[in-house]
Parts: sequence; C-alpha cells; structure tokens
Amino acid sequence: MSKKNLIVVGNGMVGHHFLEQFVESEAAAAFNVVVFGEEPLLAYDRVHLSEYFTGSTHADLAMGTAQWYADKNIDLHLDEQVSEIDRDNQQVITPKGSYPYDELVLATGSFPFVPPIEGNNGPDCLVYRTLDDLDQIRASAEGGKVGVVVGGGLLGLEAANALKSLGLEAHVVEFAPRLMPVQLDADGGGLLRRKIEELGVQVHTEKATTAIVEGDECRLRMNFSDDTHLETDLIVFSAGIRPQDALARSSGLDIGERGGIVINNQCTTSDPHIHAIGECALWDGRIFGLVAPGYTMARTLSGALNGDSEAAFTGADMSTKLKLLGVDVGSIGDAHGQTPGARNIQFNDGANGVYRRMVISEDGKKLLGAILVGDNGPYDTLLQYALNGIELPANPEALILPESEGGAPALGPDALPDTASICSCHNVTKGDICGVIDAGCCDLGSVKGETKASTGCGGCAALLKNVVDCELEKRGVEVSKDICEHFPYSRQELFHLVKVNGIRTFHQLIHDHGKGHGCDICKPAVGSILATVWNEHILATDHVALQDTNDTFMANMQKNGTYSIVPRVPGGEITPDKLIVLGEVAKEYDLYTKITGGQRIDLFGATLSQLPEIWEKLIAAGFETGHAYGKSLRTVKSCVGSTWCRYGVQDSVGMAILLEDRYKGLRSPHKLKMAVSGCTRECAEAQSKDIGVIATDKGWNLYVCGNGGMRPRHADLFATDLSDEELIRAIDRVLMFYVRTADRLQRTSVWLENLEGGLDYLKKVVLEDNLGIGEELDAHMQTVIDTYQCEWKTAVEDPEKRKRFREFVNDERKDPVQQWTQERGQRRPVIETA
Amino acid sequence: MSNKTQWQSVCSVDDLIAESGIAVWTADGPVAIFYLPNRIPCLFAIGHTDPFSGSNVLARGITGDLKGQPVVASPLYKQHFNLETGVCLEDDAVQVPTYPVLLDGNNVVLEVPVKSQVKEIA
Repeated sequence: MSKKNLIVVGNGMVGHHFLEQFVESEAAAAFNVVVFGEEPLLAYDRVHLSEYFTGSTHADLAMGTAQWYADKNIDLHLDEQVSEIDRDNQQVITPKGSYPYDELVLATGSFPFVPPIEGNNGPDCLVYRTLDDLDQIRASAEGGKVGVVVGGGLLGLEAANALKSLGLEAHVVEFAPRLMPVQLDADGGGLLRRKIEELGVQVHTEKATTAIVEGDECRLRMNFSDDTHLETDLIVFSAGIRPQDALARSSGLDIGERGGIVINNQCTTSDPHIHAIGECALWDGRIFGLVAPGYTMARTLSGALNGDSEAAFTGADMSTKLKLLGVDVGSIGDAHGQTPGARNIQFNDGANGVYRRMVISEDGKKLLGAILVGDNGPYDTLLQYALNGIELPANPEALILPESEGGAPALGPDALPDTASICSCHNVTKGDICGVIDAGCCDLGSVKGETKASTGCGGCAALLKNVVDCELEKRGVEVSKDICEHFPYSRQELFHLVKVNGIRTFHQLIHDHGKGHGCDICKPAVGSILATVWNEHILATDHVALQDTNDTFMANMQKNGTYSIVPRVPGGEITPDKLIVLGEVAKEYDLYTKITGGQRIDLFGATLSQLPEIWEKLIAAGFETGHAYGKSLRTVKSCVGSTWCRYGVQDSVGMAILLEDRYKGLRSPHKLKMAVSGCTRECAEAQSKDIGVIATDKGWNLYVCGNGGMRPRHADLFATDLSDEELIRAIDRVLMFYVRTADRLQRTSVWLENLEGGLDYLKKVVLEDNLGIGEELDAHMQTVIDTYQCEWKTAVEDPEKRKRFREFVNDERKDPVQQWTQERGQRRPVIETA
Repeated sequence: MSNKTQWQSVCSVDDLIAESGIAVWTADGPVAIFYLPNRIPCLFAIGHTDPFSGSNVLARGITGDLKGQPVVASPLYKQHFNLETGVCLEDDAVQVPTYPVLLDGNNVVLEVPVKSQVKEIA
C-alpha cells in the first residue's frame, strides 16, 4: 500500500513541536510528511526573540536543523506560502504547485494587531514577531534616538527591552491604566511600572493614540486623545495578536466571530481531515497566546492521529513566570479574583520592591490565583498549590511572607500529589518520576535521561532535584556526598586527611585513600586543598596536572581558546602610569579591553604563547597576578572614602588595599569577593560580597556571606564597631573556617545556610572561640600570607614553566581557528555557529 | 583522499608533561598528546579540536579515568572524551579522531593520514 500524505502548513514553534512528536510515533510510518513555511528560515524560538539583539543568531534560536528534517524524511518547503486549500480534491496550492493531502495540519500562528490609527503604515511603524521584523527594527533604529512601543503587555515589554538594547531611549504607551493589564492588578502593575522606569524605560498609561504625523525633533510625532503628544523615531506595535486564519477562512472552515479556526478537543476543524494547533486555533471560544498550550495541542493531535481515543485538549493553564527587563513577574490562575466569593491576601513591601497577592477560595482552603512582582521566589510553590488543588495551611499568608516575618518554607516535594506537573516542557509528572525510580533509576542523571525532565527550559531543575532526592531517600537510597567515583569522601573529609596525614601530593592521596587515576572533579578540588594547606606554587611539577586550564595557564580561557588577563588593582586604585602601561600592552597585542565589575581591567584575546610575554611587561611595570582565574580572592572593591568624600567616615580605600594584599593568593573552595564602604551610604555594595566592611564613626561593621550574581544573598551583620585589628582577626578566622569546612565549589552564602547552627554558631566559633581553634586558624592564615608569591612572577622567571605556554610544541604557527573581526573599535572573535 | 598513512615525528619525550597534555601540529592538523605514566600504554593521541566549541583546546583539559576508561575533560564545556576511542562519554554520537602513537628513542611519533593533495615531505 502506498503511503498517505500529511501536510503541515506553518513552520513555527508549535508546528515544529508537532513534527517532533509525530515523526517518533507509530503512525509516522504510514505517512509522507510535507511542511510549508512562509518564512525563509527554519522554525525558531520566538519566546527568546529579543536575544537576537544581544548576539544570538538564527542558528542559536533555531528549534531544529535542516539535517534533522532530512534525517526524518520530512519534505521541507521554506519560503513557500500556501495560497489555497482545495478541500474537494484534498490538495493545497502554492505558487510552485499543488500537493495532495490525506490529513492537513494548520499551524499558521498569529500576526500582530496594528491598531487602526492614521499614519500607522509609515516606514518607521513596525511590528515585533519575526526575525525579519527585528532586522527592520534594527535598520530603523540606526540614526534614531527614541523608540516607542505601543502596548504594555508581555510582548510589548519584551519589545521595549529590545529597543533599549539597541541604544534607544525607550517608551511604552499603554491604553489601559496599568502595565500587563491581563496578568496584573493595580498594585502589581504600579510596582512593575516603577521598577521599569528605574531601568530607564518611560511608561505612559491611559494613552490612546489618535494620529501619527511627521515630528519636529524626531521622525514621528504621536498625538494622543488627551491632547498630549510624544516625539519618536520609530514605533513598534505590540498591542496583541490575531489568529492567522486567512487560509482557513477562504477555504470555508468554521471561524470564530472574532477570528480563530474553530477546533474540537482533538484539535480537528469543521473538516474531519483538517486540524489546527497553536495560536491560529480557537478552542471553546478561546485563543491561547502562549507556547505551552500550543505544545499541548501538538501532542494531543499527534496522539489523535495515532488513534489514541483518550487524546484530548481540555484547556491549558495560562500561568506565567518571567523576567521582564530583569524584573520578576508571575501570574497564576485566577489572578484577578473573579471567582465568586474569592478572598485576597496581599503583601506589599514598597521599600524592597516586592508585591505578592494570593487569591483564595471562599472557604480559605484552595489557592485560586496569585500575582507576584519583584521576586518570583514563591512562584513554584504557589503554582503547585493552585494546579493540584492542595489544601492550604491554616495560615496561608505565610506562603507569601518573607521568612524573616514568619513566612513558610517552600512546599516540600513530599506534599505534592503524583499528578503534580514537575516539568511542563516535557509534560513530566511526579508520578512519572516515581515510576522511573521504581524501574531502577537511582540518580538525578538517569531520571533526566529517562523522562527528559528538566532538559527543556531547565526552570524546574531545583524542583526536580528535590523530588528525586526525596523519593530516593524514601526508598532508602543514601544520597551520596562523595566528591566523585575516586574518593569516598566529601571535600571537608579530604581536607582533614591532607592536613592530619601531612599529604603533599595528589598521587599520595589517591594511593592512600582513593582509587583509580582521578578526574576533572577531584583533581582541582584536591589541588585547591593542597594549595590552602601547603601553599606551594600551582605549577610545581606535582600539582600542574591537577589544575583547571585557567589555573594551569593563570588566565581565563575564552570560547575560542584564547585567554583573558586581569592584573591585580588593589582596592581599585591605580596610578596614571600603570593605566598607561595597561593601555600600551593592550594596544601592542590588540587585546579587547573591558572594565570589570570588581574595579579592574580585563584584557581579552591573548594566545597561549603571548601570556608569558605580556606578563613580563606587566610585572616590570609593577603589576601582580589578579587571580581572576582561581578559586581564590578576586577583588576588594571600595568607594573613595574619607580621603575625598564629604560623607566618608573612614579610609575605605586604605582598608580595601590592606585586605586585598593580605588575602591575595588564598586558595578557597570557590572564588571570594570583598568590598569596603567608607560610610553607611554603602557605595561599594559590600553587603553583596562574601566579606563586606562598612565604616562607622567608631570603626568598622563586618558583614559576611553575601552574594551577588546568579543567586543573590544579602550579607549578614556579623560584628559592629570593630577596630582595624579586631576586624582583620575576625575576617582571618571566618575565611579559614570556611576554607576548612566548605564543600567543593560552595560559596560562603550557601556554606553559611548549610552550616549547622548558622550565623550564631559562626559567631561563637570566631568571636568567642568556643571550639578553641582560634589560634590555630590565625596561625594557618599567617602561614598562607607569609608564603605568598606572585604566581606569574615565578612562572616567567622559570624556563621550564614557560615551556608549557606553546600553542604547538613542534610548530610556531598561530592557531588557525582563531578568526577575528572588529566591533566598536576593538578586536573580537568571529563566532561561527556549528 | 587516500587511505595512506605516514609516521610523523612530532616532539621529544622532554616536551611531554606527566598526567597532562600538549598540542602538536601534524599533517592531519592539530593533535593532542597525553602522557599518563601510571597507565599501560602511557601515551595517547587524539584530535586537539573540541567538537563542541570548534576551538583547539583539548590538550589543555584535565585527564583522569571514569569507570575505568582513560579520559580528558574539555576545558571549555567539560565533556569527557575517551582517550582510546575518541568517543564523547556524554554524547556517543560525537567522536574526535585518535592516532596511533609510539616512542622511537626520545622521539614521539604519530601515525597520521596522508592527504592526497599534500606532497610528502618527511
């Protein structure tokens, strides 16, 4: 029997997801699959469209590759628009020919709604949907200064971010009284507005545009109904979407009153051989403008075409969690409290920019919806309560209060029902995870491999790990704390073995206490322990092979195999002469130059063989290595302090230099950052550092275990009004205790949170010496300080160590894969996408 | 391209670094040579180009063993490559080339393919 034909019209995210599902199903063998895409490019990720302006290419955003389509025998027609469906003869017609179908899938998506405003069709009036649109926005932004987005919804704010990243002064014009009117209430919308305005995007609400005319200062002028106006060089319309149903309409399929191809629960239209999925489809009178429901339709349809009688689309959860211009926004279920009898609980912390609202049922037992602005921390827990109908605790307000005010910890994985969705990208429930664990998976990696959970957007990674750990523990599987397969010990235990047994090499340690030859997990960890305990040069023969490449070559490897160089600039203080040297070196070697967040200068693009030459010059000018490559002290940031500042009460720069010179070279489980502020205004941002020092009129306040970056943590106040000597002794002991007891790659913030007894215990150890190890910690720190050497100085002076810095030991040629281009007056690598 | 190979002398024993790698340039392009003195055999040669980044960096990775297989971890994105087979442990569809490698006196010699358009020089 010859194969039947399945045609898919539309090659967007949902169309692609359908193909992924269908070609792996049993029914695929019976069909030739043909796909038509209107755009010349393969399906790409529209959710992350704005990344196109920050360096991503189509290849980065693409959902699949041409090779994948070829491998799956899918006949792909890009840049070929279907003009007509001939339902009587079951064929589709394009400008290039006609193609017969047995089953037809419409995944034509949507198009942006452009409000009918006079003058809306000029060359600088654009929309935000495709990569082609983005190219046009980019072209229009050239030579412009101001950009306006019409529409303050989710996509509009994304578009505003894109305009901002193009260097334009960005405005958002919204018809409703607040931003994101669908997802947020007045208080939440107000806070979001404040935060976005702080980021430099100007927001205009309750503005109806009446006409777009030629501008005086800019290219265009928008006139509003309240007789105000706004000048701009370009306008991006993002005022909602409309289903792309033109093809279905002209073929006589049932269409909703306000557009959308009517489908039933199996995603089939009024013609039994034509189906529709995604944003073009109208189910139960609703259009679903998010990607997840579209994916659900795709899976449903694939199931239905395989004869699965239970496959049905029954609506979708429209909860959303996202970061808009860096601001967390979350909206769950009935966010506006429209359910009869619904009650509200609100938490509004204006000072810290956090707003949370819960909508609960009349009897107070179920969570119906929620709004979060400023911090999505409770989102996962709240979503689980809402989706699974879990009964709320007696004091539900605890779910949205900060922990310090009696807030509840996150919902434990044990409380989730088996139907709870853990990974929505791959539709994996807690029950699925329990199933594969019962079938023999006994670690996180194999659960991920078996279920695909957390391999989509990755947003559920933490939740998945908690569920897996909890389920394994329930089954009596001990969750191993061993560092790797070579040592049955944690980092802390290895530290004690090294120290107590006087072990000085990796070889001796693995011979006495481990097995095998080691790996990239245990070797650097042991290298770091040996460096902390004995402080020998990291390129000493016994240690060289233990180090990550950054430590081995004492520079930071970048994506093309070249390195960046960060000399130490203690406290951020640098003389003009030294600055000139950095400039001269950068110029000579054509190094891309950038100021770091830690008040230093980073020089990018040095090849392996250039490193020692460059360092010879830097050392001759008085520079030392900055350890930017090491798990060690990076910088001590400082404000200018009492020397210059009229508010400063202590010499913060002097203290920062003292601390940086004292702790430079200390090897630790992870990098360490410090800062010193000269007064309570805290310009050095010390409370986001591992060690933060803030001047008072009586001395120094010490803060510990803060963190910026991926997982910010406010540092804890550890001691107040310390003298210089007291401050240094306290820091010595906190650091040494951390270095001895932390896990591999554990920052001080996580270390403190996991330290039994917490901050109070740490205070007792350091300030009251209740373990009686204070003097030992002091002495150990003194040894580290006394044995400090600039690793680069030692390396450039030793011909044997310099031998390592050759690209090819038998050939002087340059690395042929390193290709360069110019951008904004500097050299950068050409990025090739594989 | 022909199936012919040649033995090429690439460096001396003194250039090798115990438990670690060095890079050499060969008729077949960049090759990483690893010297693991506690194993038999103790020399391994694989392509120096990291297939995940396209950069020439594998010789600068950390060596070791995983489940008994000798491996190097890419210094960029940390995938492991089996030093005997070149197969990536995290994705067995990805493989780097491997080369027979021997000691000839103090010289390290590699067997590399002869490209037909390249005239034999050695």
